[in-house]
Amino acid sequence: MIDIGLGHYLTLGAIIFSIGIIGIFLNRKNIIVILMSIELILLSVNINLVAFSIYLGDLTGQVFTLFILTVAAAEAAIGLAIIVVYFRNSGTIRVEEIDKLKG
Amino acid sequence: MAHAIFFYVFSTIAIVSAIMVTASKNTVHSVFFLILDFISVSCLFIMIGAEFLGMIMLIVYVGAVAVLFLFVVMMLNVAQQKNQWFLSSQSSRHIPIGLIIGTIIFFELIIVVGGWKYKPELFEKTNSTSSFEGISNTHSLGQVLYTDYIHIFQISGMVLLVAMIGAIVLTFRQRVGVKKQSYIKQISRERSEGVEVLEVQSNKGVKIDD
Repeated sequence: MIDIGLGHYLTLGAIIFSIGIIGIFLNRKNIIVILMSIELILLSVNINLVAFSIYLGDLTGQVFTLFILTVAAAEAAIGLAIIVVYFRNSGTIRVEEIDKLKG
Repeated sequence: MAHAIFFYVFSTIAIVSAIMVTASKNTVHSVFFLILDFISVSCLFIMIGAEFLGMIMLIVYVGAVAVLFLFVVMMLNVAQQKNQWFLSSQSSRHIPIGLIIGTIIFFELIIVVGGWKYKPELFEKTNSTSSFEGISNTHSLGQVLYTDYIHIFQISGMVLLVAMIGAIVLTFRQRVGVKKQSYIKQISRERSEGVEVLEVQSNKGVKIDD
């Protein structure tokens, strides 16, 4: 309990990952919250990579965390741009009302 | 001891704010809880010795991504839309399925951690590119990033460029009815189409037709 090891950080990453997954499933508000849940999932992956990198003494994990950060930023920008365009066209971003593809 | 106290404090803040991101009714509040989550996780990173990543995390996530989210939330006026989480009958169907899938994924991840406990030699310490002795985390990361991973580094720059162009192309729209300056038209104007010399007859005046 007192001795913090790799397992503690992995557990923290697992908890945040599952909160992100549950957030995607339970979300009934707007798509922006789903994007935020995806950010949470990427954050938990970062926690895992950094914890392994520190406790195993290998710097590669931190390098790849940097690249995940890049991809997360790009994904947030593109996703928010798509949301803005969708809102401009249809006037809503509520999850329940976005059902065009179902026909 | 201090490590344990700080770990539990920051991880509790991170988990609670992660729950609040998905559960809070107001979207602006979820963005603020997302910022709090990023800050506490970057504190964890700094605490276990990845200072550079902690700082980059603050700059990129809190400074860019979360502020972008905040801009979009305020621009789209989503606060007016009624946020219902458990209220509508149509949405409450999804709650058990979502909770079941979430807990299954959580226990799978925990099983992974447990398996590592029973077979600890699965994760041997590797010394391939271990952090260099005697220099800071930022220094050693830079030494690896610009030599071994230079191609991936450049490709990630390309990813950012494509994201930037894509965001501009997606949100760009040509408005109709806005008066704009057209340099081509201005420069290519000639005297023959701009000025007309007329002979003014007396008692008749000049008739101008456009």
